[in-house]
Amino acid sequence: MNQPIKPLNVLVKGLLLFILFNLVIAAWQPGVGQFSLYNVLYPGRERLPFGENPKQSYNLSLFDLDAMFASHVIAGTPKADDEFRVIIVGDSSVWGTLLKPEETLAGQLNADNLNACGKNVRAYNLGYPTISLTKDVMLLSYGMQYDPDLVIWMTTLDAFPLDKQTSTPLVANNEEKVRELATNYQLRVEADDPNFEVKSFWDKTFIGNRRAWADFFRLQIYGVMWSATGIDQVYPSDYEKAQTDFEADDSYHDLTAPLTEDELAINALETGFRVVGETPMLLVNEPMLISSGANSDIRYNFFYPRWAYDDYREIMTTLSERNDWTYVDLWDIVPANEFTNSAIHLTPAGENMLAENLAPYILENCK
Amino acid sequence: MALENILILAAASLLWATTFRNHGRTWFMLIVSVVVIFWLQPALPIRGADFFTPLATLVLVVLTWFITADDETRKGRKNITVLLIIAGVVLLLNLTRFLPTDFQLLTASRPPQLETTLLIFLVTGLTLLALSRLTRFSASFLTVGLILTIGLFLLIKIPDLSLWLSSFLRTLSGQSLTNVSINDFRWLGFSYVAFRLIHTIRDKQSGRFPSVDVGEFITYVIFFPAFTAGPIDRLERFTKDLRAPFAGLNLETLYSAGQRLLLGLFKKFVIADALALIALNDTNATQVNSTFWMWVIVYAYAFQIYFDFSGYTDIALGVAQLLGIKLPENFASPYLKPNLTQFWNNWHMTLTQWFRAYFFNPITRWLRSWQKPLSIPMMILLTQVATMLLIGFWHGVTWNFTLWGLWHGLGLFIHNRWNDATKAKAAAWATTPTKQTALNVSGIILTFHFVAIGWILFALSSPVTSWQVILKLFGA
Repeated sequence: MNQPIKPLNVLVKGLLLFILFNLVIAAWQPGVGQFSLYNVLYPGRERLPFGENPKQSYNLSLFDLDAMFASHVIAGTPKADDEFRVIIVGDSSVWGTLLKPEETLAGQLNADNLNACGKNVRAYNLGYPTISLTKDVMLLSYGMQYDPDLVIWMTTLDAFPLDKQTSTPLVANNEEKVRELATNYQLRVEADDPNFEVKSFWDKTFIGNRRAWADFFRLQIYGVMWSATGIDQVYPSDYEKAQTDFEADDSYHDLTAPLTEDELAINALETGFRVVGETPMLLVNEPMLISSGANSDIRYNFFYPRWAYDDYREIMTTLSERNDWTYVDLWDIVPANEFTNSAIHLTPAGENMLAENLAPYILENCK
Repeated sequence: MALENILILAAASLLWATTFRNHGRTWFMLIVSVVVIFWLQPALPIRGADFFTPLATLVLVVLTWFITADDETRKGRKNITVLLIIAGVVLLLNLTRFLPTDFQLLTASRPPQLETTLLIFLVTGLTLLALSRLTRFSASFLTVGLILTIGLFLLIKIPDLSLWLSSFLRTLSGQSLTNVSINDFRWLGFSYVAFRLIHTIRDKQSGRFPSVDVGEFITYVIFFPAFTAGPIDRLERFTKDLRAPFAGLNLETLYSAGQRLLLGLFKKFVIADALALIALNDTNATQVNSTFWMWVIVYAYAFQIYFDFSGYTDIALGVAQLLGIKLPENFASPYLKPNLTQFWNNWHMTLTQWFRAYFFNPITRWLRSWQKPLSIPMMILLTQVATMLLIGFWHGVTWNFTLWGLWHGLGLFIHNRWNDATKAKAAAWATTPTKQTALNVSGIILTFHFVAIGWILFALSSPVTSWQVILKLFGA
């Protein structure tokens, strides 16, 4: 016999179940990010999810590394016997701001159909559009589970200042991962670094962490549009070109000449090498715009005064020689007209030049 | 309506219903409805327009009541009290212009100078006074009211006229015409307001208009749960609920209203908003690179529009139920209907019923009254196509809405003829439950796809892009 519904009971039970659900989520912290519709229902993304205008780019920024990597094509591509797997880490120049996936460095290397030691070179773009060596190391350590044969670490001076290491949101929201790097690979991190987002118990509940849950679901839903269009960023028909005229200003991050190793996050660089272990890694000083506009005798570009960048290059050369790192300095290989909206963002032709310059190093470093 | 608007209104309704029950319930609904039309009106680039637009709604509603009400009702003293209270509410809203910006929460932008509002009150009052002095109330006022309402409707819906209106209003407010756009003037809720006004004027003309005071009439036209997305109730039915004694909420009603509200919130803010991320639109229509994914985003649009619209209806019904008003249903599983006629009997039902009552039936009677009537098929073709074209125009007078109306008008006609020709054969064939199910399921699939293809015209703004999408769906 049907019992009459008691609305108050329904309300109380519903409320209790909801509270219980939140408590379980907070205590359990399920790693839902590992579950993904990418590489199952739709193809994996060619680069890590990042986007500030999801409705147009069908892509969004989130902080869950599991979800980010699970949506990447590398997570769904078993390494074939004849594959020479190359992963590339770095900033927006690697990720490919204003570039289609096939126009990025990874895309161009793949188009070249390189053959290294009898294996087909397949490059994976693990760049992420914020500049910090610690962020690169964090993504590199995650990417190592995909068994690369070679790592290419593209970097530039602006990733080195100590104050930039943990302030990037991806790092600030992944304290646990960064602390693991500190424990396992001696990454230097302050015990009470204020940049880290400290999560209270409430923040870990479903309600408190609703933004992260929503981002996870939106990432899955946008997979449909990624599959349907192949679009993962907004490509404006017009944009402001990188600045070439500057004020007569030689300041850089409150630092003064000469630049010293102590003022840079060299420890993060060393950590990166410890993370890759025996896997060969190319450390690349990425190309940048060398301006010939106003005050270009003081500044190379928007980012760097000449003194700081020249000192940085010297430090990098010395460091590489001291540590026996494979270091490639490609800072000036791309002419100024092959940069787009920033001193480190290349045009497709610029990326092609970079790929051509890097290809011999890939072939040299295969085992 | 945004989620916070809905939650605030639902909480306010619940609080009133549980605290005051029937005491002042009609006043609550009236005053909240008046405030809500100002509160929900989006900001407009034309100076003062986001305040004067809801005010214009109120003036129009009061004038329509005045020309439709009978002499005795019009003279009721309560009407003056109601009008004074509404004027007071509007003035209070207007006076919030003197509050710091952070406290101007009930209007989209800083309300305009008080003088203009007072001038509008004066002109409206003088118009009412002039009309009331007329010894014999002419039926031509109703015709003028009807033409005025339809005229305003066309002014907003026809892009060229809308652009002209925006230019005119910008000039009037001393603003530059440099950035003038058809999107300058968005009159929130006017599509529904206009249909309720036309319904009352037409009912008055045919002698079916119930006697209601101005408060009841305003509450009916701008009733806040149904103001932005319907359903379109009938005045007679609405006032019956309004006048019925309300004993307050019992647990069953609360459960039923809460269930409806939660269902609506889930449909709208979880399902529809998620589908909106991948639903067909002008941008992605040209970006999709395969037939399969084109079908996916067309399906996504079909379900998004259903869950969005029916979700809002559930919300409206749930909130109204908290106040003792049982608004009519608007959707009854339309995508599970085996033919287009049944689809339209179950999709946006109050709109289709409106068109049936005020357009389709009268025009059919008129065509039948011809001395040399048209053939039945021709009559069906004309009435179906004309009705669906008008429903298309209700959404906007554009080529795509015209084509959408035509698509459905012709679809209804073809279904009608097909049904006539094959009904007997189908009945003779479908003798077993399996065959009946097969017939039913194939009808559902066919109807859904017909409707889904129609949504392409509805979702997009260009016939050329729509055609490209249709070609892509079929592999071109």
